[in-house]
Amino acid sequence: MKSYILPQFLIHRDDYRCIRCEVCVRQCAFDVHWYDEEEDAVFADESKCVGCLRCATLCPTNALVVQHNPTQIPPNANWTREVLHNIYKQAETGGVLLTGMGCDKDYPIYWDRMVLDASQVTNPSIDPLREPMELRTYLGAKPDALQVGRKGGKPSLKTRLTPQLRLETPIMFSAISYGAISYNACESLARAATEAGTYYNTGEGGLHRNLYKYGDHTICQVASGRFGVHADYLEVAAALEIKIGQGAKPGIGGHLPGEKVSAEISRTRMIPKGTDALSPAPHHDIYSIEDLAQLIYALKEATHWEKPVSVKIAAVHNSAAIASGMVRAGADIIVLDGIRGGTGAAPTMIRDNVGIPIELALAAVDDRLRQEGIRNRASIVVAGGIRSSADVVKAIALGADAVYIGTAALVAMGCHVCQKCYTGKCNWGIATQDPYLSKRLNPDVGARRLVNLLNAWSHEIMEMLGGMGINAIESLRGNRLRLRGVGLTQEELDILGIKHAGT
Amino acid sequence: MLRRAVFRDDKDFSGCSIFGMMNIRGEKFTGEPMITAIANMKERSNGLGGGFAAYGIYPQYAELYCMHMMYDDQGAKAETEEFLKGAFSVEGAEVIPTRTCEGVSDPPLLWRYFLQPRENLACDIEDMDDFVVQAVMHINVKIDGAFVFSSGKDMGVFKGVGFPEDIGRFFRLDEYEGYIWVAHGRFPTNTQGWWGGAHPFNILDWSVVHNGEISSYGINRRYLEMFGYICTLHTDTEVIAYAVDLLVRRHGLSIEDMAKVLAAPLWEEIDRMPAQERELHTALRQTYGSLLLNGPFSIIISNREQMIGLTDRIRLRPLVAGRNGDFMYISSEEAPMHLVDDSIEDTWIPHGGEPIVAQLEVVAAGGEEEETAKVLSISGMEPA
Repeated sequence: MKSYILPQFLIHRDDYRCIRCEVCVRQCAFDVHWYDEEEDAVFADESKCVGCLRCATLCPTNALVVQHNPTQIPPNANWTREVLHNIYKQAETGGVLLTGMGCDKDYPIYWDRMVLDASQVTNPSIDPLREPMELRTYLGAKPDALQVGRKGGKPSLKTRLTPQLRLETPIMFSAISYGAISYNACESLARAATEAGTYYNTGEGGLHRNLYKYGDHTICQVASGRFGVHADYLEVAAALEIKIGQGAKPGIGGHLPGEKVSAEISRTRMIPKGTDALSPAPHHDIYSIEDLAQLIYALKEATHWEKPVSVKIAAVHNSAAIASGMVRAGADIIVLDGIRGGTGAAPTMIRDNVGIPIELALAAVDDRLRQEGIRNRASIVVAGGIRSSADVVKAIALGADAVYIGTAALVAMGCHVCQKCYTGKCNWGIATQDPYLSKRLNPDVGARRLVNLLNAWSHEIMEMLGGMGINAIESLRGNRLRLRGVGLTQEELDILGIKHAGT
Repeated sequence: MLRRAVFRDDKDFSGCSIFGMMNIRGEKFTGEPMITAIANMKERSNGLGGGFAAYGIYPQYAELYCMHMMYDDQGAKAETEEFLKGAFSVEGAEVIPTRTCEGVSDPPLLWRYFLQPRENLACDIEDMDDFVVQAVMHINVKIDGAFVFSSGKDMGVFKGVGFPEDIGRFFRLDEYEGYIWVAHGRFPTNTQGWWGGAHPFNILDWSVVHNGEISSYGINRRYLEMFGYICTLHTDTEVIAYAVDLLVRRHGLSIEDMAKVLAAPLWEEIDRMPAQERELHTALRQTYGSLLLNGPFSIIISNREQMIGLTDRIRLRPLVAGRNGDFMYISSEEAPMHLVDDSIEDTWIPHGGEPIVAQLEVVAAGGEEEETAKVLSISGMEPA
């Protein structure tokens, strides 16, 4: 069937610069470029181009320009290009629209409507290059009070704290499964988390045996499909996470197509090679809050009460009440994943229309847990749309203990957010199981780029803290007085619990 | 006028002077040297607030809670007294005596009440303290134009808008005798001076005077709210008083451990500690991180048995300690110590985050703790 969709991108090749090296031909898994020997020229089929810029980035002579196709449907605020393309696609295929990465719609990004405070005159700002500046964060339940006794003439702790995760910087890598991303990408994340003193999350795809040595910095996820969940998997982890929902696709399950289930993935996920890996929408043993409590305790019991258990939900309208129930059900860490949270594959309509912005969910949950006097009984981690160190600082000031970054971590490894993860053809070697593609991501380089990103953000966080006259991250956590809103309505300010700039 | 927060930020920013003087044998002295000492640091205040706390001043009512009240008007007074009569047996009620004093104008109505919680409402001592805290919160939050600025036993806070020496004379502090006195001169830059906003801040027997600004105020306050403390004073110092009350009275931490919550050791110091100590300090920071006081401060915290000096952990505000015989001093500057005690030689500057604790001797000797009864127990830097 003839497709009515115009190419999204046009590729201009400067013939004078082009040396016919065919890098672009070899690099493009979407087969956009080809070399014609007779004409000694390189051509492009732009209808296949996803705009990942792999070709332009690797072209040794900068001969390629990839730009948006200026030929567009007549301007229409309602029937936009995107709307029409979706309809053409569905008319041509009869299928559910699929996409990858996080929601790209123009919902308000509240991070960008909040500004930070700094000290002037009455309170000295602190220079992190000269003074101590502490980012260390512990995730896990904290008691209401400590009891201190005496032993050997010295004060001695009587209260035993439940297990804690120690983070040297309040940033972790989000759950991304082996299957959604390549082995090399998983190894990069594992090594970077280990080197930076933080954690990465296996997602629901199990854990490859080769990566067990990074277990002390691994959060192992238990999701509805229970892929790769067995005693060793639970044992090797630093913490366990029950995944109830995901910001990119709240309320629905997952589907890893059989062609991605290679021998290694089959072994890791404990499913036959080449079969589809289907994650049900709900856990079929969790139909209510008391069922969640049972799974939390089952996991704690299975791991001798030595590991914190986290529960991850998508940020939805009623998150505050749900979070309260999760804390009372025994979750040590609550993870909220906002509407901009990423995914390897999700139905476009779900990704773009279900869930709420993480900033509002975070503020509501933090408030609710404080009102109930149980905020100390669980740490809050937020995910979904954290793009910079400033977003991290604002999230912590709103009430988060730490953040998860997913997309930002992938971008650090080379991702250009073309949103085609679900095709398995990632030219950057990240969201693919094709060995020809995945070997493009060298774990040495991937880990180095990730550690660099964490170090850079940590330095920036220290600078922002120092500017506020704060030298430990816990003094910023939930300290909403250091935030002000810009251009927000009173209702938005009330939900965020902050004042408008100028007041 | 009392309650008006002219600016909407929830705290004030202030430079200040603080001075504390204690006779560790419990021998009493008048407020006169306090007035002299705090006047000596006039440079540090700007006439928008001054105050004193004195311990041992109401021996005839030593077992009763004494509430010092500020009222905007008779209506607020009537409403408050009705509330007090319902909750307490009111053993005494009187105007707090004052004299006219240049530099002190427009005072609110100042009254004090000696109170015994009604037995059917509170049973044991701990409950009584909680009961009084709740009563204070109730009046400060619910009764418009009424404000409790002192609620301990055998102690009282005297404060208002003016230079501290003028406030001291206004309240006739030369006529009171106590064994612990603390004073404060205020230099607010953000809130208009209002009588309730002057230091010391008090809850039960705890009083706090404070020089500095708490950068962590926003989270300190939200954490304390979880435990029922409602900050009503539009100033960051209030959280210190509540934090101390929570940690020491309600959670039973020692003064030293409380100080290590407010001015926590750095993680790199904790990591180097011996195991038992490391475990304790790690847990203190994990559990009470939201009470870490960040930003510059020097404070004097006092109760009926102790006077405690503390600076922030990187020591961004001044604090000097001194002792001479039975007298112990804690001050923003050294000069006023010499002014009121011309034979003092023993003065030193404590490290950041190291508490200076002056302990009442009778208590140290009679307590069940295993420490030997010392005339003075001092942690922190030894005298140079």
